[in-house]
Amino acid sequence: MNTIAKVEEKLFQNRYKVDAGRPHITIKNPDICAHDCKTQQCSVCCPAGCYTTEGNGRVVLITDGCLECGTCRVICDDHRNVAWEYPRGGYGILFKFG
Amino acid sequence: MAEKFDAIVVGAGPSGNAAAYTLAKSGLKVLQLERGEYPGSKNVQGAILYSDALERIIPDFREDAPLERHIIEQRMWVLDDESFVGTHYRSDEFNKPPYNRYTIIRAQFDKWFSQKAQEAGALLLCETTVSDLIMDGDRVVGVQTDRLGGSVHADIVILADGVNSVLARKAGFRPELNPGDVALAVKEIHFMPEETIQSRFNISGESGVVIEMVGKITKGMMGTGFLYTNKESLTIGVGCMLSDFKKQKVSPNQLLEEMKNHPSIKPLIEGGEMKEYAAHLIPEGGYKAIPQIYGEGWMIVGDSGMFVNAVHREGSNLAMTTGRIAAETIIELAEKQKPFSARNLAAYREKLDASFVMKDLKKYRNMPGIFHRNPQFFTTYPELVNQAAHTMIKVDGIDKKTKEREIRNSFTHRRSLFGLMGDAFKMWRAFE
Repeated sequence: MNTIAKVEEKLFQNRYKVDAGRPHITIKNPDICAHDCKTQQCSVCCPAGCYTTEGNGRVVLITDGCLECGTCRVICDDHRNVAWEYPRGGYGILFKFG
Repeated sequence: MAEKFDAIVVGAGPSGNAAAYTLAKSGLKVLQLERGEYPGSKNVQGAILYSDALERIIPDFREDAPLERHIIEQRMWVLDDESFVGTHYRSDEFNKPPYNRYTIIRAQFDKWFSQKAQEAGALLLCETTVSDLIMDGDRVVGVQTDRLGGSVHADIVILADGVNSVLARKAGFRPELNPGDVALAVKEIHFMPEETIQSRFNISGESGVVIEMVGKITKGMMGTGFLYTNKESLTIGVGCMLSDFKKQKVSPNQLLEEMKNHPSIKPLIEGGEMKEYAAHLIPEGGYKAIPQIYGEGWMIVGDSGMFVNAVHREGSNLAMTTGRIAAETIIELAEKQKPFSARNLAAYREKLDASFVMKDLKKYRNMPGIFHRNPQFFTTYPELVNQAAHTMIKVDGIDKKTKEREIRNSFTHRRSLFGLMGDAFKMWRAFE
């Protein structure tokens, strides 16, 4: 029997210091995701599953589980619609092993 | 902070620590800024430490560095869905000190390396994110941090801020990363008793094994998988070009989960306790993707400068070497009381060109492009090789000559004779 662990279960093992109310990544213009981006690859390729597509085609971003890899920003090369900064000093993912 | 430093190093990974250590040891006044809670808390690697690069910086590092296992055996696996064809190279030569390479856990290793830089005299500030470079015309004169009143000035700023280098992009020193120039790797660490690791991998004491894998596990994407033995844990991961993830719309987590379920891999990690899941981009664009790495009052080292040799899975050694050579360039100029101008800092690039760093990267300059255009190296060939092994090894009453013909036909059927010859030529071109 193959077991496939969900990403949420895995992120539970990680240590974070969440900067509540100050996400370090934002979608610049949500309308572009909903209307102009057919692939919405961020919703599949983000290794922490931070991006989800809703029924109405809108993309919702919750950065709490972010691993700060940069995938979402680099992969959005057709629209450049991701504003990406590092979290404030001391916040975000804190790798225990790395 | 109105204080002025000789040098500011942004980042406390292998390249930043190598630079800060070398500069501080020569007596220069160094400030190192790290955005994590402690050095290593933002850093991710497989991870293998190549002794040579560190020995040139800290010759007696083995005395107190946190090392996991020295590698005595390297396995290369080419996988199909239910099988693999592999080669193992094991030598007792690798089991005699001084050891050539080790597995390490980066959060521990980076903390140790940073401690050495601090002991040499560098001032380290953690939990400090550098938001911008402070410019005077086209010259970098300091950094702006997110701490209160956080501008600091220095004669030279070294960007050791990793693959995403927000600073180099904002300043226009480097363009945005291209999805075809970076690999996305995901990995996990699984803890289990030391004896379990020793018996599963046929090792004793602190010797270790690494397994590098290509084939079906990457679902046709250009990439590799890996499994490394630490003292009391295993690191397992897989990395593929980001452009392939995008094109094929593959979930990295799903990819890793399926790899962990491969019948040849699953028994090796069975029973382990997963304690961390990490992801990281690896700059794999090679020689042609290296940006301008110095200018008026600034230098770029490590992943930020795309210094990774993807073919040989080398990165941290290039990071340490570029950090060291950047620092040595600064020290030489400081001794001659010459300014850190672009013209004088060109010596950094010249030194890198003369070192293994650029020589190796240049050797493989055509590799990324060739593999991008020829996915069969990651799909068709692993399948064919596994089928060939299966055909030859299975005893089923069919004579060997017929089996050989069957294998030959399977190759020409899938790739044609010209295709095979062309592929051989491309491989030669990639590695020449």
